[in-house]
Amino acid sequence: MVAAEAIGSAVYDAIVLAATTLRPDALKAMRTAIERERSPRGRAILVQLLENATIAADDRVPLCQDTGSVWVLLEVGEHECVCGDVPAAVDRAVAAAYADALLRTSIARDALVDRSNTGDNTPAFIDVTFRPGSGVTVTVMLKGGGSDNASAVRMLAPGDGEAGVIRFVVETVARTGASACPPLLIGVGVGATFDKVGGLAKKALLRKIGSRHPDSGVAALERRLSAEIDALGIGPGGLGGTVTALAVHVLTAPCHIASLPVAVNVGCSAVRSASVEVV
Amino acid sequence: MGETERGPGFAAAIEVSLPATRKALAALRAGDEVVLTGPVYTARDSTHERLLTELHLSGELPHGLAGQTLFYAGPTPPAAGRPAGALGPTTSKRMDRATPALLRAGIVATIGKGPRSEEVRRACADNGAVYFAAVGGAAALLATHVTDAEMVAYPELGAEALMRLELDRFPAFVAIDACGENLYLTVALEWRGAADADGGDA
Repeated sequence: MVAAEAIGSAVYDAIVLAATTLRPDALKAMRTAIERERSPRGRAILVQLLENATIAADDRVPLCQDTGSVWVLLEVGEHECVCGDVPAAVDRAVAAAYADALLRTSIARDALVDRSNTGDNTPAFIDVTFRPGSGVTVTVMLKGGGSDNASAVRMLAPGDGEAGVIRFVVETVARTGASACPPLLIGVGVGATFDKVGGLAKKALLRKIGSRHPDSGVAALERRLSAEIDALGIGPGGLGGTVTALAVHVLTAPCHIASLPVAVNVGCSAVRSASVEVV
Repeated sequence: MGETERGPGFAAAIEVSLPATRKALAALRAGDEVVLTGPVYTARDSTHERLLTELHLSGELPHGLAGQTLFYAGPTPPAAGRPAGALGPTTSKRMDRATPALLRAGIVATIGKGPRSEEVRRACADNGAVYFAAVGGAAALLATHVTDAEMVAYPELGAEALMRLELDRFPAFVAIDACGENLYLTVALEWRGAADADGGDA
């Protein structure tokens, strides 16, 4: 049995870790990026971003002043029983983590009718899925507003095919990428339904940078998207160069015979996520 | 293509004292690497709405902002002995709708990240104003160049409050100069198609 409080405790730990520590895979990708960046200005910006990661880790301060909205993904083992008010426990953990770790609170009470700041960065945005085994895998992503604003969903027609997907993804990054704090991690969702495809794109950001998609066709699509996005020339900081994306990750899913949903979730250079196992 | 001997790491950054004179700003060129020292005022989305409202009511900039620099930023709380734990630029284009009026009213420079509208580019040229771009995502590093922070107005806006910051050799690039030259446009033309065809997605 897993208590809601144990999930809250995992959320707290994951927030504090993610806010101040660049993901090891992102750090490695950033170092590699310096070698393949041909613009001197771009290289200087990558050096600034690496220095930034060092300062944040050493001084235990946030990597970015936008410490984000909190997305919590709970992958619950099929043999597990979860007890208690999970959303309330998660929100208590968010409020405590943001106060204790001196993070910025950036959540408006309501998008339209009341944009006052909730003052404690609640509520978190929670997704629950199931997986084999026991325990709960708690994953937290802190998503900056600038990079989320650079994201988009489009319902393509099946006849648009892979070419249509590529066009939409590249056009989206061309239009918004320079403001989204490049070098970017691009999450692409293809399939599911209008409401779910954005979640696929977001989940794609969790995959380890440098890992290959198991399907060779999708892996080839990722390489092609990566090359086309780098060819945009947006570069580090949006100030020109040959590295615009650290990686492109694609997740695909079933969908209606009439549909080809596509979503692009743009991740910034300070892509922040962490997972904690609750057993 | 694109390799140049100018730029960061190849030439010393230009020192800019704030508040900057029009003459000092006129000497800067899009692409210059600068370090900024002096006061700036943080202003984000809600702050801009307030500033525009007060400007329309009184006909002038409130809070002594004439001649000053706006920094599109909302800091995290003080940490590590610094006035802000992390402090970096937010996306400038969200402020574009308000910027021409604020430049006409006397704001002489803005700091943010990302490309801006044609209207803002033209307003920079018309008013001799400069837009500086700082590196988004480098907020822990940038916060080491902030020596003081004090509340000026709108504390109820939280992260969006108008604060006066004291910068010390804060690194940035001239993104739009006082002649209206736009670095984002230049680099887009310079670097489009320059990346290797195989990409870098290891």
